[in-house]
Amino acid sequence: MAQVSDKPKFVTREEVKMPPLKELTSMRDKIAPGHRLCTGCVAGTILRQMFMAAEAADYTLIIANATGCVEVCTSIYPYTSWKVPWIHNAFENAAATITGVEAAYKALKKKGMLPSDKKVKFVALAGDGGTYDIGFQSLSGAFERNHDFIYVCYDNEAYMNTGIQRSSATPRHASTTTQPAGKVIPGKPQPKKWMPEIAVAHGIPYVAQLAPSNFNDFFKKFTKALNTEGPSYLNIFCTCPRGWRAKEEEGILISKLAVETNYWPLFEVENGSWKINYKPKERKSVVEFLKKQGRFKHMFKSGNEHLIEELQQDVDKRWERLLKLEQL
Amino acid sequence: MAVRLMTERKVVPYTGNMATAEALRQINPDVVAAYPITPQTEIMHFFANYVANGLVDTEFMTVESEHSALSAAVGAAAAGARAMTATAGPGLALMWEILGVASGMRLPIVIPVVNRALSAPINIHCDHSDMMGARDQGCIMLFSENAEEQYDNVIQAVRIAEDERVRLPVIIGMDGFIISHSIENVSLLTDDEVKKFVGKQTLTHSLLDIDNPVTHGPIAMADSYMEFKRQQREAMMNAYKVIREAGEEFAELKGKKYEHIETYKTEDAEYILIVMGSAAGTAKYTVDGLREKGEKVGLIKVRTFRPFPYYDVVDVIDASNVKAIGVMDRAETFGGYSGPLFEEVCTSLYTRGKIYPITGIVYGLGGRDCNLNHIEEAFDVVKRKAAGMDVPPVTYLNLRV
Repeated sequence: MAQVSDKPKFVTREEVKMPPLKELTSMRDKIAPGHRLCTGCVAGTILRQMFMAAEAADYTLIIANATGCVEVCTSIYPYTSWKVPWIHNAFENAAATITGVEAAYKALKKKGMLPSDKKVKFVALAGDGGTYDIGFQSLSGAFERNHDFIYVCYDNEAYMNTGIQRSSATPRHASTTTQPAGKVIPGKPQPKKWMPEIAVAHGIPYVAQLAPSNFNDFFKKFTKALNTEGPSYLNIFCTCPRGWRAKEEEGILISKLAVETNYWPLFEVENGSWKINYKPKERKSVVEFLKKQGRFKHMFKSGNEHLIEELQQDVDKRWERLLKLEQL
Repeated sequence: MAVRLMTERKVVPYTGNMATAEALRQINPDVVAAYPITPQTEIMHFFANYVANGLVDTEFMTVESEHSALSAAVGAAAAGARAMTATAGPGLALMWEILGVASGMRLPIVIPVVNRALSAPINIHCDHSDMMGARDQGCIMLFSENAEEQYDNVIQAVRIAEDERVRLPVIIGMDGFIISHSIENVSLLTDDEVKKFVGKQTLTHSLLDIDNPVTHGPIAMADSYMEFKRQQREAMMNAYKVIREAGEEFAELKGKKYEHIETYKTEDAEYILIVMGSAAGTAKYTVDGLREKGEKVGLIKVRTFRPFPYYDVVDVIDASNVKAIGVMDRAETFGGYSGPLFEEVCTSLYTRGKIYPITGIVYGLGGRDCNLNHIEEAFDVVKRKAAGMDVPPVTYLNLRV
């Protein structure tokens, strides 16, 4: 395990040098084409963005992937999409698994048995179900033990792999297969669990929220996580056209709207200090974000105006809290 | 427990937990991940002391559950580390899902288990329901009769697990409290001897080999899943041979021979009991007593439960003068005919065309005493069975009425 150091030194955003896009896009993909992710699935985009940042910083990612869309779509035996070391153990234990790998790295390094002395970073990769819900205990334990790893949650706000069931990351009033919008109950009654603040409560050095529509910010945050000693938690917005009943070509647009409406604020927390990285000049109504997605369709029926209001309140409340946290 | 190296062989007064911890220290695993549970906890107290005092090089992970303990061990083993954990009863039950992952991914993780009853009612004492509940998860399973056997079995387990013909997790059970907390004489090997016996692991398909990236734990559909399972069966069959080889080599080192089963006065026996774990010691003593009275009784102790040594068991029974057999299970299979060991023995006999009167005996659940009198009672049941008397499918020993 990593020694608990006082305060890890962060690279500043200014210090992160992003190579020209042309150079980034000409890098050899670490995720091979031919995987079975749905058309328009943004998880694939997120993976490529991660690998670009890792490659630019000369890191090889060693990944433990929780059960979920990415896992099943990229590893159908006898094929694999992964050009980096990758392990799938089960649904609820990506964090425990990757910390075992990290412990093995330290042990074998001591014994002089490492096959390579190149820079590596350990990554646990999971969806919101594998993070907010079933993987929560394993994740919390791994943070507390202060292992040197990045936890990446691609948050598409429901159990998409098993068929769009609600998770604790599903927003209020969204329609899912286990909480469908009906005549009596209009979708999920509870608001979305706010995972980033729970991660921060562990006292880990770096927590950030990212969106694939804001690649520059994404690149900087992933690079910072790479350079952080100890645990980092990255909460990444991930459009799911199938589960959200959105247009396949609008994944990045929806991500952009999530940011512009403050539905998905971009912020980072270094050693407990909060910083909002993007404050929209003119915050758009959450309606702009909702109307692109079939999961919120019932909220636009006449008589359901209060549903939209309630979700707008959830968004505003969170933003206000963020502003307060930033002042701390 | 003393924190010191073993430069010469010694016989020491140790509990089963102390003996297990000493074996772990001498094996010096790369990664140990564990979670406290009675009666296993002590093993990790002792081991943590070795870590704190620099007697091992191990990365010791104090995780937040048994599920994470084995999950971390899976990650570590896939990275090429020699990985271990230890648990008991409900802890093994919580690991259940990942036991199948570890065996399916062919990871040689060594798991000492202090046998404890499962809830409910909650009970911290010995029975074998924990390992029996995990018996079809693809792990090799050994049972130890006493503290020294546990020490010897844990050391051999490293060799067995890592053998290229096998590559499977090994669970080594010892009876909770009866063995884990009782002091006996234990003959220890020196550190060098253990180091030499377990050897150095070879890195195969390591997750840390970034120049040769490997995908571990892919999804296998109906077109390939069954072949994976068939290969596991073959590995388990190979283990039958490898366990024997390890036992023979260990005998050369220590002089004590380990086989799949141990027989006690079975050659001319008319009544045979079959048992696993600490009750075997009590049963041997009872056999001696009954023999003095001229009774032709004998005992088979099963050490290897997975792979089950069906040939060995039948051969021994066949070579005796058996009139009836009693199979003692320290676990229930509610709604089954009798316990899991009983079922294995019956299958072994029937498939070789050997039909003998046989009866199931359940004993010692949740730490219920099993002393000489109870073993004598068990022999009485077997005798009644031999005499053609009416015996129920399962007899409970020492049950309050």
